[in-house]
Amino acid sequence: MASDMKGHNGKAGETNDEILHDHNRDGVDRRGFLKCMAWAGTGAFCVMQGGVLKSYSMSRIAEMNPDEMKGELSFVQISDSHMGFNKAANPDVAATLKAAVDKINALSTPPEFLLHTGDVSHLSKPEEFDGVAEILKGASAKDVFYVPGEHDVLNDDGKEYLERFGKGAQAGGWYSFEKKGVHFVGMVNVMNLKAGGLGTLGNEQLEWLEKDVKHLKSSTPIVVFAHIPLWTVYPDWGWGTADSAQALGYLKKFGSVTVLNGHIHQTMQKVEGNVTFHTACSTAFPQPKPGEAPSPGPMKVPAEQLRSVLGITDVNYVRGQHALAVVDSTLA
Amino acid sequence: MCIGSLAVAALMGLGGIAAERRSFAASAQEKPASTAEVKIDNFSFGPTAITVAVGTSVTWTNRDDIPHTVVSTEKVFKSKVLDTDEKFSFTFTKPGEYPYFCSIHPKMTGKVIVQ
Repeated sequence: MASDMKGHNGKAGETNDEILHDHNRDGVDRRGFLKCMAWAGTGAFCVMQGGVLKSYSMSRIAEMNPDEMKGELSFVQISDSHMGFNKAANPDVAATLKAAVDKINALSTPPEFLLHTGDVSHLSKPEEFDGVAEILKGASAKDVFYVPGEHDVLNDDGKEYLERFGKGAQAGGWYSFEKKGVHFVGMVNVMNLKAGGLGTLGNEQLEWLEKDVKHLKSSTPIVVFAHIPLWTVYPDWGWGTADSAQALGYLKKFGSVTVLNGHIHQTMQKVEGNVTFHTACSTAFPQPKPGEAPSPGPMKVPAEQLRSVLGITDVNYVRGQHALAVVDSTLA
Repeated sequence: MCIGSLAVAALMGLGGIAAERRSFAASAQEKPASTAEVKIDNFSFGPTAITVAVGTSVTWTNRDDIPHTVVSTEKVFKSKVLDTDEKFSFTFTKPGEYPYFCSIHPKMTGKVIVQ
C-alpha cells in the first residue's frame, strides 16, 4: 500500500501548483486539457475570456477591478461543514461555518443563493443537519441548495437528510433548477457504494439526467454540483465517480459546463474541453494533497493557520463568456 | 497386558474430550471460543486479511478521526456507523471467506477467513 502511494505521490507532485495556459480556441472536443490547480489555502481566480482561461493568484485579487467580477448571476458554494466533528483538526466547526457566513455577507457582490456540496453533517444526526441550517439562516442569501455527502446518508438510506433537504427533489435526492438562464443540476453520488469502488450515480439518475438536459439549447450554461468529484482526482483514496463519464457524455453538446464538487477538502481545478471542474474547500478541516499522507483523514494544522485552509467559493456568471468565473477565498 | 490397559486409558481419554467438546459448544452461545482484533487506522483495516477458527469473535475498533463501517460484501454482517474508538464484534460460526468493506469509504476492504 505504502509503495503504491509513493508511486502516485510523484504523479501528484508533477501537477502541484501548475498553471498551464492553453490558448487553443477550438472548444468542445479538445483533447488537451488545461489545469489550474490551487491547493488548500492558496486559491485562484479564473475567468474564461474568448476561450482563453486567465488565472490570477488570490494575492492579486485586490489589484483587480471589481467590475471584472460582476455578472448576470453570482452565487457561493460552501462544502463539507461536517457539523458534529470535534477532533483536534477543528474542535469548533460551528465557529468556522459562522466565519464562512461572515465571509459571504462581506462579498461586494451579494450572492443570489448558496450551494452546499455535501457532508453537511459528520454523523447524519438530526441536530447536526439542523445546526447547519440554523447557521446558514444568517447568510445574506436565503436560498440554499444541497446535495448529500457520504456523511449525510449514514443511516436509513439518507432519510434524515432527504426529509430536510430533499423536498422537491427526485426520490433519490437529485434535482435541477434554472436561475437567470443557467441550468443547475444537483446530483447524488454517495449512495449504494460498492466494495472497492468509487462514487456512483447509478442508472436511474443517469437516465433522469439525459432527459433533464435533452430539451435545453446548447448555448445554455450548465452547472452540475455533486459531493464526490465527477472527475478522477485520486482513485486510491476513492476521489472520483465511477460512472461520471456517462453523465458528462450527456453534457457534450453544451458550450459551457461547470462542475462543482466537495469531498476532498481542498481546491483543485481542471478544464477539459467545454467542462471546467472545480472542488471547494471545506468549512471544517483540510485534507492532505493526494498521496501525500498515509490516508485522506483530517489534516491537523496549527490553530492560527486553520482558517487559511478553510474557505468558500464565489461563482460569477457573465453572459457571453465561455465559463463561469470561480473564486476561492479562505476564512482567514 | 500393558498394551491392553493403554488402549483402555486412551479410549477413556477420548471419551473425556468428547464430553468436554459438547459442554463447550453449549457455552459458545454466550462466550466465543476465542477472540481476534482488527484495527481501523488511516482508512485501512489491519490486518487486511485475518484467519480465525470457527467460533471466533472478531472485534473491529475505529481509531481514525473519521467514522467508518464494517459491512460484509455478502450481507453476512453489518456494523452501525463507528465513530472514533467505537467497536463492532461479530462471531463467525461457519468456515469460509468473508470479504467486507467500509460502506462510507468503499476503497477500504478486508477479509476474514474462518477455518
